[in-house]
Order: sequence, then structure tokens, then C-alpha cells
Amino acid sequence: MTSTGRLDRDGMARLVAADIPRGAFVNLGIGLPTTVANHLSPEGGVTLHTENGMLGMGPEAHGDEVDPDLTNAGKVPVTELPGASYFHHADSFAMMRGGHLDICVLGAYQVSGAGDLANWHTGKPGDIPAVGGAMDLALGAKQTFVMMNLLARDGSPKLVPECTYPLTALGCVSRVYTDLAVFLVEPGRVVVRDVFGTTFTELESLVDLPLVDGT
Amino acid sequence: MTLTMAGDPLEAVAGIEDGSTILVGGFGAAGEPVDLIDALLHSGAKDLTLVSNNAGGGDGGIALLVKERRIRKVVCSFPRQFNSWHFDAAYRAGELALELVPQGNLAERIRAAGAGIGAFYTPTGYGTMLAEGKETREIDGRGHVLEYPIRGDVALVRAHLADELGNLVYRKTARNFGPIMATAAARTIVQVDDILPVGALDPETIVTPCIYVDVVVRVDRHDKVPSDSAGGGQ
Repeated sequence: MTSTGRLDRDGMARLVAADIPRGAFVNLGIGLPTTVANHLSPEGGVTLHTENGMLGMGPEAHGDEVDPDLTNAGKVPVTELPGASYFHHADSFAMMRGGHLDICVLGAYQVSGAGDLANWHTGKPGDIPAVGGAMDLALGAKQTFVMMNLLARDGSPKLVPECTYPLTALGCVSRVYTDLAVFLVEPGRVVVRDVFGTTFTELESLVDLPLVDGT
Repeated sequence: MTLTMAGDPLEAVAGIEDGSTILVGGFGAAGEPVDLIDALLHSGAKDLTLVSNNAGGGDGGIALLVKERRIRKVVCSFPRQFNSWHFDAAYRAGELALELVPQGNLAERIRAAGAGIGAFYTPTGYGTMLAEGKETREIDGRGHVLEYPIRGDVALVRAHLADELGNLVYRKTARNFGPIMATAAARTIVQVDDILPVGALDPETIVTPCIYVDVVVRVDRHDKVPSDSAGGGQ
């Protein structure tokens, strides 16, 4: 797939949603990944898991629907869909760690060409680290997708030969959705599946990794 | 052991000693036993080790224990939040130790304590700074880290309903850490919205059997829950 312009956040979320197979059990990370839910249709039969103990999570709650006992991983009030279930934290993480979730979608500071993920801590002195469920999710789901802008604010690529930020997990990422391209992280190689508002050749100059053209 | 029905939260938390390790349920505000935490603050207990998913947000609950420097060490997965100013200040001032634990390891270590498991190997954290200094082993070609149980002297838990024996049911995602923490402490103290007669809870739906519960106190909810599901009964 190619497109004339780079994707905005909504466009990235739409693309990820379109790639989630029918009937999948999915966990969406805090932040940008959460917005993937806006593009999942009820007909797709995708079931959302939230780490704080629920399958069958519905959209964000508003007005009278708000229930302080029903929130998502970002502590935002949400709703329950018919067929939802609740379970305690050890069961919720056993569900992840035991490999029962099909896909998780996470944000990232950096992803390496080997699929290593850095998304929980900047490592800067004075920054307070908070890991939450990121390490469990990244390793536990059958497939880990990352959503991020390809370039950091300073223009440096976030897809790197080796992560310089503290690692979340080794070799866990299988796909990276960015504003400029979708990358498939395969054993020994990184394939560019789609480009948006750029070309494969331009990407090669932006990213310090050997890339395979799969567009 | 016989269940104690406490008249109020202060009575429920009476006897918690300085230096105790306290497991506190909740994920953010959902399931946080706020009235028990307030009572613990009033009780004056100090030098506590707090085990909880978060390290307090806003100006209530755990955040006040942190603010008043009653906590010496926090064991949690996610201390930093948009409103964790009391934690941030105490941590930056070097007045609070932090053991950061991946959330699944936190849950499983608590579960392991309650289930009598000596330790377990998990891939979570392998190769990261959170596994530094820990024993590792390759199992089925995959790196694993050895993790030990987390036991509490006391667990403070919030459930929805108890019966007069101490059997518990929870509400929605407020269940979170409650059931595992109830199993992992020498003394489990539970705040509930209502207490029902024995037999009023369907045995098929009881989440925490009474064997894990030592003290129950009923506290009316101060927050608003949708009218179709609040209050007593199931």
C-alpha cells in the first residue's frame, strides 16, 4: 500500500484496526494504541482485554454510565459489552503471560531491528520509572504490534539497530506501524510493507538499518 | 479463625504495627479501600512497606500515607501518574525507597505467597534492568528470571459484599488485586459496601472464600455508582 501523505494518529489507528483479524482477543496499551478501539466495528467480533481484569471491554463511559468500579488500564471509566467477564489480577496477567491474547498494541520510545522494545522508561536521571504491565504484555501476546511516529522530536529514527533506552523485552515486536511506513519485523530482516508520503529509498536514508522492500 | 466484624474502619485496622508490610488493593481508585487507608493514617502506624499497584494519586488514600511519610518503601508497578505529586516529591527527596515490579510479576508474586509457592521462573523482565542481579535460567530456549513471593503482615482490601462468615464478592474491575492479596497476608481486613446474612450469597459466585478473611467492616460508599447495580443484593 502507498499513500500520498504521511498518516496522522487517526490514520495509524485505522490501519492497525483493519489488520486485526476477526474474532481476535486484543489488548490495547495506554495512549495512542487505545484509539484503535475507535475503529473496531462490532461486526468484527474483536474482544478487548484490559489488564485490570476484564474481557469484553466496551467504549469509554460518559455521563450516567460512569461507574467508579469500571475503568480501563489508563483508569478511564469504560463500559461493559454483553458477554463481558471480570477476573482478578493474577488471572488477568496469566491470560497475557500464558500466551492467550492474540495481539497487543503498544507505544514505544524505540524498537530495534531484532524486535527489541523500549517503551517504559527514558532512563534519564530524575525521571521516575513506571513499568505497569508493559513487560508482561510485550512478551505474552502471540503478536506484539507497536504504534509510534518513525522519528523522534529531534528527528532521530525510533526504529534502531539497538535500543539505547532501557529495554521492555527482547525480540517481542512483530510489526511497527508508523506515520511514514509499516514495518514487518521478521527473523533476520525488516520488511517495509507500506509507505505513506515517502518512498522506500527515502526510508532507507532515514533509518540506520538494512530494509527489505515489500511495498 | 473467627471473623471479626469491626464497628468502624479505625477498629478494623487497630493493632497494625510500625514496620509492617501492608498489601493494599486497588488499581487507581477502583477497589482502593480508601476508608481503611484513612484509618491506618489516623492510627499513626509508620515505617510501613506498601505493596500496591500504584503509589497514590491526588490528595486522598495512599497518597496521604506517602505525604505524611508513613511509608518507608513502596513495592509497585506504576508509581508515576499525572496526579502522583506526593509520591514524586517523597521519591525525589530520597525519603522513600521504590521497588519497581512488572505488574504481572507483582500479581504472581502475591499469588505465589498465598499459594505456598517458594519461587517461580518467568520470562517477564528477562534482559531488562528490572531483572538485574536476579537468578536467571534458560527454559525451553527462553530466558527466565527467578521471582520470590510477596507476603504481607496485613492486607487491606475492598470488596462489594460480604456475608456474615466473611465470604466476598467484588464489583467489576474493582476486584483487581483484592482476591490475591486476601490470600497472601497474615491478617486480611476488608471494607465492604454491605454485609448480608449467611446463605444470601450464591456459593457459585463467591470469589474470596471466608477462610482468607479476618476482619470485615461495612462502610457506605461515598462515590456515585449507576443506580441499577449499587447497594446490597446481587
